[in-house]
Amino acid sequence: MANITLVEAVNQALMYEMTHDENVVVFGEDVAKNGGVFRTTVGLLEKFGPKRVLDTPLAESMIAGMAIGMAAQGLKPIAEFQFMGFIYPAVDHILNQASRLRNRTRGRLSCPAVFRAPYGGGIHAPEHHSESTETLFAHIPGLRVVIPSSPARAYGLLLAAIRNPDPVLFLEPKRIYRWVKQEVPDDGIALPLDKCFVLREGSDITLITWGAMIKETLEAAEALEQQGVSCEIIDVATLKPIDFETILQSVEKTGRCLIIHEAARHCGVGAEIAATVAEHGIFFLRAPIKRVTGYDTVMPYYKMEKYYLPSSAKIISTAQQLMEFA
Amino acid sequence: MTKPRLTTTAGFSIQHLQFLGPQGELTQALPETMNHETLIKLYEAMVLTRLFDTKAINLQRTGQLGTYPSCHGQEAIGAGVGLAMQATDVFFPYYRDHATFLLRGTPMSDILSYWGGDERGSANVENPASEDFPICVPIADQCLHATGAAFAFQYRNEKRAAVTTIGEGGTSQGDFYEAINLAGAWKLPVVFVVNNNQWAISTPISEQTACKTIAQKAIGAGIDSVQVDGNDVIAVHHAMQHALEKARSGKGPTLIEALTYRICDHTTADDARRYIPQDEYQAAFEFEPLKRLRVYLEKNNVWSDEKEKTMMAQHAKTLDEIVTKFLQRPKAEITDMFDYLYEKLPQQFQFQRNELVNEHG
Repeated sequence: MANITLVEAVNQALMYEMTHDENVVVFGEDVAKNGGVFRTTVGLLEKFGPKRVLDTPLAESMIAGMAIGMAAQGLKPIAEFQFMGFIYPAVDHILNQASRLRNRTRGRLSCPAVFRAPYGGGIHAPEHHSESTETLFAHIPGLRVVIPSSPARAYGLLLAAIRNPDPVLFLEPKRIYRWVKQEVPDDGIALPLDKCFVLREGSDITLITWGAMIKETLEAAEALEQQGVSCEIIDVATLKPIDFETILQSVEKTGRCLIIHEAARHCGVGAEIAATVAEHGIFFLRAPIKRVTGYDTVMPYYKMEKYYLPSSAKIISTAQQLMEFA
Repeated sequence: MTKPRLTTTAGFSIQHLQFLGPQGELTQALPETMNHETLIKLYEAMVLTRLFDTKAINLQRTGQLGTYPSCHGQEAIGAGVGLAMQATDVFFPYYRDHATFLLRGTPMSDILSYWGGDERGSANVENPASEDFPICVPIADQCLHATGAAFAFQYRNEKRAAVTTIGEGGTSQGDFYEAINLAGAWKLPVVFVVNNNQWAISTPISEQTACKTIAQKAIGAGIDSVQVDGNDVIAVHHAMQHALEKARSGKGPTLIEALTYRICDHTTADDARRYIPQDEYQAAFEFEPLKRLRVYLEKNNVWSDEKEKTMMAQHAKTLDEIVTKFLQRPKAEITDMFDYLYEKLPQQFQFQRNELVNEHG
């Protein structure tokens, strides 16, 4: 079995589910003939034909609105937004319609749609191509927000998202689309949509993160380990709902909690995690909860983006500060 | 070799369709598919809709209903749409569609529940198999949902059509253009019906668009369209039948502009006297749709004062049942706000559900 990247794992999951469920339809801008600008949908048109893999006109609100009508009719639409920076015209449909259809019809209709979008910085892309605004969506009741951080989790979580009976926003960390390769068996096994993943066990500090920041967090943990600091790393993976049970268990064990995310700090998902850890686990803590995040600035254009993105050095120094407490 | 195409020419016109003039006179022969029996059915539905509308406003004025949008004077649009649709077609309403709801068998007590602040108003528990969408308040969203459903019909080779309604103000929205554009490009079985009542709350159509008609907006999307006299139920019904047959037989979408006038407030929270010129408003009553149809039916000896009286007695009874059912509906469970959010409520929010029960349960 060949080792594959995250981008190939997304493709493998789409292939698998389209093969096994004829209600799955993939559509978006340039997803068919071109195979998507990041090649996540490459080969789908050839395998499943133009009836199931469709290039749409250029209109994001339309892509989301269509998905709702299709999903309510029993199809499994997988709608791609080319970049998260272009998803905002679709927010009306995601917030006002998709996430509410089950509730407002008291279960008569539902919206099992997947909205996919690559997000985040670090690939020297043009303006509006690099933001991390997952928190806007994590605030929406009725929606699920999922972010994978490895090829295996991309495969398993995307399968779960497609099979989920409610709408899921599936955000793909494009900076690590091709970062690592790993073996991902094409076994059609989905991962749970309400569980964190403990990527590394440790006893001194819990590092909580998701998406592309997994890379810097793993690097930081290696370095800290050399200094004798034992790090537990949690990949949150599902930002709505969040598996606080796993997070609190870890913080109870380590007594220290450092949250790392690329998105701006104010009202970021890290704030929700910090608040919940404080509410339910403040007596576990030996040091304050800390956050290493993007700044509350506009995402800089690519020449300056490295100064915005949290570095492993900053994660290390913040972890060291927390170790200085009792 | 494929040559690039760099020149194009095209010309367009908009057809206006009317059968029944404001004095109850036929302006052209009845369509072959129309008969007096069907016209009586339409007339009865339009009258019941008006009575329902008046009753709903009274319920709001006496504090028994929340904000409610009247459809006074626009009953012909809803009735023509509702009767032309088949049960297997799917409806994506906006919010002035009471006559269509009535004719599609949506419980009218549910419509009152909806405007009475109860989500069960869109549950249609009496017909849980209904695929019709709930009332759509965010303007023009429904156009895309209808287009998405139309895709599903096409995908499964089903001979069904999606029907969506919208006001003329709503046609200024991007979603409206995005929907008609895609429906055209993919030749989807969907019918867009525009209630052009010439007012979007206080904004007249002259300030809404430079278009002379709403129907011409279809030209930009490359789809067929027609403008009908929206106060002539025969014209609305005929255009609908034609558009639905076209859609169901795979010949693509249609935009129907039904031209009427809003001889009512936008909603019960509005006072149209603040902005509608009173002379124009009063003059519009001369064109309303019920009177002309009754005159026509009486002229043709298929309707009478006696039949009117019998119908009104029956309608009063029906209305009474609707209102009683609405007012006597048992209170919903407070936990419903959690229980229909996801198919299975995630653990994270289970705690909040308990919190709600502990406080109010």
